Amino acid sequence: MVEQRLSVIADTDLDRAGLERELEKTWGAQPGFWGMIATVDHKVIARRYIVTAFVFLILGGLLALAMRLQLAQPEARFINPDRYNQIFTMHGSNMMFLFAVPVMEAMAVYLVPLMVGTRNIAFPRLNAFSYWVFLAGGILLWLAFLLDAAPDVGWFAYVPLAGPEYGAGKRADIWAQMITFTELSALAIAVEIVVTVFTQRAPGMSLDRIPLLVWAMLVMAFLVIMAMPAIMFASSTLIMDRLVGTQFYNPAEGGDALLWQHVFWFFGHPEVYIIFLPAVGMVSTILPTFVQRPVFGYLPLVMALIATGILSFGLWVHHMFVVGLPRLGESFFTASSMAIAVPAGIQIFCWLATLWAGRPVFKVPMLFIIGFIITFVIGGLTGVMVASVPFDTQVHDTYFVVAHFHYVLIGGAVYPLLAAIYYWFPKMTGRMMSEILGRWAFWLIFIGFHLTFFPMHILGLQGMPRRIYTYQPELPWGGLNLFVSLSSVMLAAGFLVFFIDAVRSCVHGPKAGENPWNAPTLEWATSSPPPSYNFRSIPVVEDRNPLWSRPGELTVAAGLRTDRRELLVTSVVEALPHARESSAPQSVWPFWAAIATSIMLIWSMFSAWAVVWGSMPIAIALIGWFWPKGAPEEES
Amino acid sequence: MKERVALDVSHLPLHATGTASPTWWGTCAFMLIEASGFSLAIAVYFYLMSLAPIWPIDVPPPDLRAGTVLTALLVASVVPNMLVSRWARQRNMWRVRVGLVVMSVTGIVPLVFRAYEFPALHVLWDDNAYGSITWTILGLHTTHILTDLVDTLVLTCLMFSRHGDNARRYGDVEDNCLYWNFVVITWLPIYACLYWVPRL
Repeated sequence: MVEQRLSVIADTDLDRAGLERELEKTWGAQPGFWGMIATVDHKVIARRYIVTAFVFLILGGLLALAMRLQLAQPEARFINPDRYNQIFTMHGSNMMFLFAVPVMEAMAVYLVPLMVGTRNIAFPRLNAFSYWVFLAGGILLWLAFLLDAAPDVGWFAYVPLAGPEYGAGKRADIWAQMITFTELSALAIAVEIVVTVFTQRAPGMSLDRIPLLVWAMLVMAFLVIMAMPAIMFASSTLIMDRLVGTQFYNPAEGGDALLWQHVFWFFGHPEVYIIFLPAVGMVSTILPTFVQRPVFGYLPLVMALIATGILSFGLWVHHMFVVGLPRLGESFFTASSMAIAVPAGIQIFCWLATLWAGRPVFKVPMLFIIGFIITFVIGGLTGVMVASVPFDTQVHDTYFVVAHFHYVLIGGAVYPLLAAIYYWFPKMTGRMMSEILGRWAFWLIFIGFHLTFFPMHILGLQGMPRRIYTYQPELPWGGLNLFVSLSSVMLAAGFLVFFIDAVRSCVHGPKAGENPWNAPTLEWATSSPPPSYNFRSIPVVEDRNPLWSRPGELTVAAGLRTDRRELLVTSVVEALPHARESSAPQSVWPFWAAIATSIMLIWSMFSAWAVVWGSMPIAIALIGWFWPKGAPEEES
Repeated sequence: MKERVALDVSHLPLHATGTASPTWWGTCAFMLIEASGFSLAIAVYFYLMSLAPIWPIDVPPPDLRAGTVLTALLVASVVPNMLVSRWARQRNMWRVRVGLVVMSVTGIVPLVFRAYEFPALHVLWDDNAYGSITWTILGLHTTHILTDLVDTLVLTCLMFSRHGDNARRYGDVEDNCLYWNFVVITWLPIYACLYWVPRL
C-alpha cells in the first residue's frame, strides 16, 4: 500500500478561513502558462469551451450574413458558386459540430458538477483532453476555409458528391476528419457526464431529486454515446473510400450511396435531440426560478426527456422520404416522427402549468424562455407537417425545410441557451449582465429571427431550393429574399448587442451575490464565481429544491481530507455515500495526448500508415497520462 | 450561507472499489460506445448483404480454420482472465503478476491467428463492398485486441513496479479484465456474422 502520509488534514480540524485556504492550496491551478495548459478544473475548461463555441457562432453567423448578402438580389456576384458551396457547408458544419453540440456539452461540463454538488467532473483529465481535441478540429476546418480548401459538399456530405469520384482534392476529407475530432471530444464529455451523474451526486440526491437540467444532460450523454459511433463510422468509411479504395458507397462494386444517408441520419436525427434536450433541461430549470414555485410535473418531464431520447433513434428515415424507400417503411417513420411530438407537448404543457400557477417575473432569461416556447411550437408544427410524406415530397430541399430547422434549432436551442447564459452568467463570472441591453438583445433577436426565417417558409412553398448561390430575376423570389436579408441584419444586431453586453458585464457588471435570482438548486449555494473546489463542504440533499426548503442554511457532509483532491462517491439510485474518492490532479499529458491525436488524425487524411505510426505517440502520451506519480490522490 | 453538518464521512474508505468506482462506470460507458460501433458495423454488413445478389460477392465464404482457432483461444482466455480478476479482488500481488504475464501472452497469440484471418477472407478491402465491410469489422476488432494488449502490458509493468501494491491498481486490473471479456464477447457475434452467415 502507498504509505499513508502523517500530515493528513481533515476539514473538521480547520476553521472556515483555514479550510478555504487549505482547499485552495490543493485544488487551485498552478500559475503560469503550463498551469493554464495543465488545468483540469471543470469550470475553467467549460468556460474555454463556451467562449470557443461562441467564437465559432460568430464566425458561422458572419458566413450566414455573407450568404444573405449574395441572395439579397437576383444574379448577384458577391460570392462565386464554388465559394458559396464552401460557405453553406461551413455554416452548417460549423454551427452543428463546432457550436451547438459543444456549447451544450460545455454547459453540462460547467453546471452538472455544481448542480449535483461535487468538486470536479469525473475524469477531469479526459475533460481537458476533450477541449484540446475540439479546438484542433475547429482550427482544422477554419484553416481549410482560409486556404480556399474548405468542404463544399453540404453539412451532411452526401455521396457520391463527397465520394472519390466527384469530391476531388481534400475538401471532403477535411469535413470528415473535423467530424472525427468533434465526435471524439463529444464522446469523452458524454462519458464524464454519465459517470459524474451516476457516482458523484451529493449524498441524498436520489434519482427523483436530480435537477431537471442534469437529467436532460444525462439523457443527452446517452444519446451521444449511442449515436456518435454512427457518424464516426460514417466519416471513417468515407475517408477510407477516398483514400484506400474501399467500396462502401460505390454501387458499382456492391456498395450503396443510400447507405451513407442511413448511417449519417441514424446519427443526424439524434443529433438534433443532443442539442435540443439540454435546451429543454435549461428551460425546466430556469422557469421555476422566475415563477418562484417548483416546476409542475417533475416526473412527466423526466419521462418526456427519456422518451424523446429513445424515440429519437426511430426517426432518421424522415430525412430520406424522397429517395424511394418502401411505402410501409415511410409510413412507420411518419408515425414515429409524429409520435415524438407527444413528449414535446407534455413538456410544453408542464411549463405552461408552471407559469400559470406561479408569479412570473419577466427578467431577460424569462423573456428568452417565452420566446423559445412560441418559436419552438411553430417549428414543432412545421415538423409535424414535414413528417407527412406527401407534404415532405413537395418541400424537400426547399427553403421551407431551411425555415423549419432554423425554427427548431434557433428557437428550440439557441433561445434557451441565451436564457441560460443570462441566468448563469452571474455564477460563472460573479457579475450580472445588463437588464436593459438584455431586453434590447431579446427583442432584436426575437423579431429579427421571425422576420428572417418566417418568409423562408413562403419562399420554400414558392419552390425556392436550398443551397443555390443565386436565382434569376424572372423568378418571384426577389422581394422576399431582399426582405429576409434586411431582417437578418436586425437578427445580427441582436447578437451584437448580446456579445457587447457579455463582454461589458464581465468587467463592469454589478456584483452578483451567491444567489441573485433566489434559485433553488445547488450551484447557487456557493460563491459566484465558485472557488476551484466548488463547495467548502459537500452538500447533503434532503429534497428536490434544497435552497428553497431551508433558506439560508445548507446541510453538509464533514470529514473529507483537504490535503488531496477528495470528493464523495455515492450510490447510483439513492446517492448513499460509498467512499471518499480522489479526483485527478492537473497534468499536461492530456494536452500532449490531444496534440498526438490531432497529428495522427490530420496525417491520416493523406496516408493510411498514419494510423499505425501516429498511434505510437498517442500511446506514449496516454502512458504518461496514467502512470502513477506518487501524488496523495493515489492513496487508497 | 450557514452550514449545518448532517453527515460525517471521515470513516469512509479512501477509494471506491468494484461497481462503486467511477472507473468501473467509465469502462462500462466506453464499452457501450464500442458496442454501438460494432452493432452498427454488423448492421451495415447485413444491409450490404441484403443488396447483393450473391453473398459473399464473387468469392467463397471465408476459410474457417484461423477464425475458429482464434475464437476457441479467445473463449478459453476467459478462464485465466476471470482468475486474474479474482486474484486482483483478493489483492494477491504474486498471483496477479503471474496472471498478467499469462494474459499478455494470451493477448499476443490471437493476433498471430488474426494475421491469417485476413487472407482467409479471399478478398481485399478494395475489391468490393463485401471486402470493405469484412476488413473493416476485422480491423475494428483487431484494434480492440491491440488496445487491451497494450493496456495489459502497461499494467503488467506497473504491477512489477513500486506503484503496484495499491487498491487502485488492483481496481485497474479488474477493469482491464472486464474489458478483455468485452473484447471476447463482442467477437462471438462477429465470428458468427463473418464466418457462418455467408454459409447459410
